Amino acid sequence: MVDLTTDLGKGLILRNPVLTASGTFGYGEEYADFVDFNKLGGIIVKGTTLNPREGNPYPRMAETPSGMLNAVGLQNKGVHYFVEHIYPRIANLDTNVLVNVSGSTIEDYVACAEIVNSLECIPAIELNVSCPNVKQGGMAFGVNTEGISKVVEAVRKVYHKHLMVKLSPNVTSIVDIAKAAEASGADSVSLINTLLGMAIDAAKRRPKLSTITGGLSGACVKPIALRMVWQVSKGVKIPVVGLGGISSATDAVEFMLAGASAIEIGTANFIDPSLSGKVGEGIADYCEKYGFTASSQLTGALLTD
Amino acid sequence: MIISDFTLVEIQKWTKVSLLKLQCEERLPNILPGQFVQVRIDQSPSTYLRRPISVHNVIPENNEIWLLVQKVGKGTETLCELPVGSIVNIVLPLGNSFTLPCLRCSCQAQPTDYLLVGGGVGIAPLLYFGKVLQTQYNIRPTFLLGGRSQSDLVQIDSFQMYGDVYTTTEDGSAGEKGFVTNHSVLEQMTANKGLQVCCCGPKPMMMAVAKWAYAAHLNCEVSLENMMACGLGACLCCVEKTTEGHLCVCKDGPVFNINQLLW
Repeated sequence: MVDLTTDLGKGLILRNPVLTASGTFGYGEEYADFVDFNKLGGIIVKGTTLNPREGNPYPRMAETPSGMLNAVGLQNKGVHYFVEHIYPRIANLDTNVLVNVSGSTIEDYVACAEIVNSLECIPAIELNVSCPNVKQGGMAFGVNTEGISKVVEAVRKVYHKHLMVKLSPNVTSIVDIAKAAEASGADSVSLINTLLGMAIDAAKRRPKLSTITGGLSGACVKPIALRMVWQVSKGVKIPVVGLGGISSATDAVEFMLAGASAIEIGTANFIDPSLSGKVGEGIADYCEKYGFTASSQLTGALLTD
Repeated sequence: MIISDFTLVEIQKWTKVSLLKLQCEERLPNILPGQFVQVRIDQSPSTYLRRPISVHNVIPENNEIWLLVQKVGKGTETLCELPVGSIVNIVLPLGNSFTLPCLRCSCQAQPTDYLLVGGGVGIAPLLYFGKVLQTQYNIRPTFLLGGRSQSDLVQIDSFQMYGDVYTTTEDGSAGEKGFVTNHSVLEQMTANKGLQVCCCGPKPMMMAVAKWAYAAHLNCEVSLENMMACGLGACLCCVEKTTEGHLCVCKDGPVFNINQLLW
């Protein structure tokens, strides 16, 4: 039996390294017919902000080669609605439930994180400092070391459980950003959020998204995500959670070999809603085949000589 | 909801649309009129996401669904040309449904008659709707089907099994010439306050039908087809602005009462 237990530190212990990425798995309930939640290390629920957000106007999505652009813009009903109406329904799911905390000011991040800190069944937050789809939202903090230090330090003061910080790939040096997050108190970093991109309808001479630009995700971003996970895992001591185009157990293993301790499945949930429940077993199969007794041994096990 | 491999057992092709008959090994869940499926096209980079297609008919005893597919892009073109025997992975059933009469209550707002208006390939969900109305509710609906020309009006024989069929074409090659909202049969229908109007087709056509139904004080539902990714209400890409804020066409819809919409 391969041991899939994944300890990300500060009390966040996953049954296996598989998480579902925020914004691609709703609140879990949407996928209940397709996935046994006890096959997952955890679910990271939709980006949650202090106040309700209507999100961006339609159209918010454009298909691109092996991927898609989105410009949802953090549509959510706010943390108070989450606490009152959604949390009671999902608190006792047979897996870890993490909340993705988003915001546009430090005060908002802090207030939202403080509220989530009081939720007994939420062992961790993923701090979203990297949403590319909101004006002055998130990504403004996530693209320079001063910004990320400020927001992580402030949230760290009020959030006492596992603090994961989700990083933007739309930066010159993601390693510097990751180091700043680590120095400011992050317990782990997850990467990558979407890449800023654009799609145009030539016949209409118009952008395909209402916001003109949006976040690129899907299989097409995997090589970039792998490279960044590789670089960041060399630069920080805290665990790295890898995501970006993972569409199979083999993809998940590749991210772990590059240095990830856990992985997130995102856009692939749209293509195969049952995928996330199967990846844990696939990782175990790989371990068995190649002589690893625990999936944690895969982290950084890439041979480069 | 299930995710299952279906086998294409029969395909019938017209100029712009194909009728695909697909069977799976597992027993189909109950499918309601107006619901849709998400079809995986192939492993091609240009058809990365699934394609939402409405359910044209269900043959529960054969675990069979029919999809009427119009060629609008790469994905639907591939679907329309699939060889018999192809395996197609499908997630179903998705979304809400058109409002059916409630057999258990006797409220006065209960629809007694149905006018099902379809435009182009938007006629697709109305066949199954008509079948359910006739076989389960003993209601024979009126179909009003419109197209650009005669070649757009497919499956008319099938529609006639479940209700009276009226047609329009923009070029006058079949039925009355003009748009569905110009058809003479509408005049006699405005007086029937128990009439439920259900519409699926291009947005300008649905807006025109909605306008007509609103003016005639008739209850009216339309089926939207915003661009979507997940089909499950998770990604929030396909939203429509409504009186209740942004709602997902895939989960809160695709069927909306016109009073919910900001048209």
